Amino acid sequence: MRLDSYDTGGFYDEMFEAPGRPRPEAHFLLETIGGLGEGQLQRCQQAAERILVQLGITFNVYGDSAGTERPFPFDLVPRIVNAHEWDWIERGLKQRIRVLNQFINDIYHDQRIIKDGVIPEEVVRSATFYRPQCVGLNPPKGVWCHITGTDLVRHSDGQIYVLEDNLRVPSGVSYMLENRDLMKRTFPQVFEGLRVRPVNEYPSLLLETLQDIAPADTPGKPVVVLLTPGMYNSAYFEHSYLAQMMGIPLVEGRDLVVEDDTVLMRTTKGLRRVHVIYRRIDDDFLDPAAFRPDSLLGVPHLVSAYRAGRVALANAPGNGVADDKVMYAYVPDMIRYYEGGDAIIPNVPTFLCWRDTDRQHVLQNLDTLVVKAANEAGGYGMLVGPQSTAAERTAFAEKITANPRNYIAQPTLGLSRVPTLVGESLEGRHVDLRPYILYGDDIRVVPGGLTRVALRKGSLVVNSSQGGGSKDTWVLSPGAGGDQQ
Amino acid sequence: MRGEPMPLLSRVADSVYWMARYIERAENVARFIGVNLNLQIDLPLAPAQQWQPLVDTSGDAALFKERFGDATQARVIEYLAYDPENPNSIASCLRTARENARSVRETISSEMWAQVNAMYLQIQSQRSLPEPERMLDAFREIRMGCHHFAGVTDATMTHNEAWHFMRLGLMLERADKTSRILDVKYFMLLPSTKDIGTPYDDIHWSAVLKSVSGFEMYRKQFGRIKPADVVDFLVMDNEFPRAVRFCIKSASESLQAITGTPGGAFRCRSEQLMGQLRAELDFTSVDTVIRGGLHEYLDSLQLKMNGIDTGLREDFAVRVPVSTPGSFDAHRNA
Repeated sequence: MRLDSYDTGGFYDEMFEAPGRPRPEAHFLLETIGGLGEGQLQRCQQAAERILVQLGITFNVYGDSAGTERPFPFDLVPRIVNAHEWDWIERGLKQRIRVLNQFINDIYHDQRIIKDGVIPEEVVRSATFYRPQCVGLNPPKGVWCHITGTDLVRHSDGQIYVLEDNLRVPSGVSYMLENRDLMKRTFPQVFEGLRVRPVNEYPSLLLETLQDIAPADTPGKPVVVLLTPGMYNSAYFEHSYLAQMMGIPLVEGRDLVVEDDTVLMRTTKGLRRVHVIYRRIDDDFLDPAAFRPDSLLGVPHLVSAYRAGRVALANAPGNGVADDKVMYAYVPDMIRYYEGGDAIIPNVPTFLCWRDTDRQHVLQNLDTLVVKAANEAGGYGMLVGPQSTAAERTAFAEKITANPRNYIAQPTLGLSRVPTLVGESLEGRHVDLRPYILYGDDIRVVPGGLTRVALRKGSLVVNSSQGGGSKDTWVLSPGAGGDQQ
Repeated sequence: MRGEPMPLLSRVADSVYWMARYIERAENVARFIGVNLNLQIDLPLAPAQQWQPLVDTSGDAALFKERFGDATQARVIEYLAYDPENPNSIASCLRTARENARSVRETISSEMWAQVNAMYLQIQSQRSLPEPERMLDAFREIRMGCHHFAGVTDATMTHNEAWHFMRLGLMLERADKTSRILDVKYFMLLPSTKDIGTPYDDIHWSAVLKSVSGFEMYRKQFGRIKPADVVDFLVMDNEFPRAVRFCIKSASESLQAITGTPGGAFRCRSEQLMGQLRAELDFTSVDTVIRGGLHEYLDSLQLKMNGIDTGLREDFAVRVPVSTPGSFDAHRNA
């Protein structure tokens, strides 16, 4: 396969410093790809796609009546992160999670950060996912965000930024694991000469994290379960996969019942106590007695059992307050406030529309900015200025004016690109990176993550619901092939 | 440290049970069709006479009549193998088995899931009836796919509580279907009792044996084909894996493994019914069965097995008093 015509298109390319000049960490891989015979890469790619269908590694598409299951598109060319850069990312993520955890705990207790004037009270109280029900809660070991999937992006300036924190129920980690398996099965020769750090310890670490937070009165080994909304949820594959990999029961709301603040599951031999719940259900649906009364997915009185310290929930309810995109803008201030010093990984500069001066700027520059609703995820509720029509901009301007608290804006980032198989050749496609951080007795980051790729030419939206796919993410060991930094 | 294993979620027990039942059902429908295709070659009858009994015993005759009209080979095969609206067509069975498997992927092994999924994808991709020369092979492949699943299940999954629930489902389904295959023979004989004892009768009974892969094993044990011996073999044999008695014995062993109740005793309704049926099969002679009427006997067998199925549902679904929030709605897959 010929690589000399590969065009970096003026973007930061994760594999090439400049057209024809591979980065040191990509050198071996590109040499291997360059040495492949005609059509060989496509054949490997097709083999990978067949395996995805055979294994039923799919996600469910909401609002799509024809065929509800689809494989998550996978691209065979991996994204590489050198050891030096990973070390920096890991330190940055740990700092951020430590501080966000302190922030959430503070918000539901003394609110020192508000009293000291760092964050306006108004912003916290108006956050959609602020949960007054969580005031005064003391989760086991003081940990609120046990599992986080932070979204990182690299801009054209070469700098990596945090784009979103995802502290509620981040998904995608199963694809990180499956992508690696798929690569080993279909394209084993590319691992040669590189020391790619393994990711397969993730399920064990996750299980340890969940066991770490068991209530103090747990006799012996805690019973840990994964709570799913059920088979028709878009992330159901991941729920069953993680339960399988950890060897724990996958339960639905109807399998659980709360009696005397004790969570029990219905088994063939009667009711059995559950100690830890890795819940993959949003706060709103978790407990109809505490949150949305119309929820059929949750377990009535679960929050009461949690409050009584009789069951642990991961993640803790109430975390969403820090997922608000307005709160995101304050994370560097939080870091300074709780720990001192600057954020290791910077934030994307963010305009808060509820500030008059920011809003004026945003409304005058809609064609160059990206506008986001403060509480939407999945690429919904978003305006990408440079790719928008005048009508879309007018509609967004009205929304912003009507509800400024609900909107933020950021400069349009020129997300970095990775060569991606398109037809018979490689073309650059934009990517982000979602590493997963676990917080139990310690904070741990698995060396890798989910690299999402916008498969449509020119697109900056990497979400699976909007034409995104994924790639394997290779974190190289120190001193591995090409790592000279 | 080895602790007491966590008992299975009731919902999971239900799902693995039905997953196994539906795969076994798919296999048996393929067997029904296979035997009739063979018979048709050896012993051509009018289409209605040849194919209608299959609809009568394994489907809903009224629904078939309404949607397809008179029974012909193509229509019956379409209905029994591929019709998505017939809940017991092979395609529907595999779809239901897969849905159940999907809901318990964390309980079964990856290899089992991959095999259920492969069978489902295979039959979904079948857009029209197989060509005549491919017909027998197509149904043979479905049977082999189910065998593959059984092998993978035994070899890759711990023989734990979930495995026993699967075996329960499989064995009850198989016993039911073996009894129905015998019944098909009974129905087909009705219009032609004059054939009894003729070479045609021999062909009929051989076809029945072949449809449950029992021809060779029968030969070793009994030699010549005699109706009473065939019934003895398919109902009362203790060692042939598709014989009703063997199936009930295996189901009963699995039930004991699940409950921990020692043999010869019972603690719940399903155990009591299972024990009664097992004892009846152990202590009934084939002459009694034939004297009382084979069809009547098979009918009562099927009723008893349905009773066990109902008992299992009641015994293993945890019911919470109505006063407790979120009272349990029994989850039904069938």
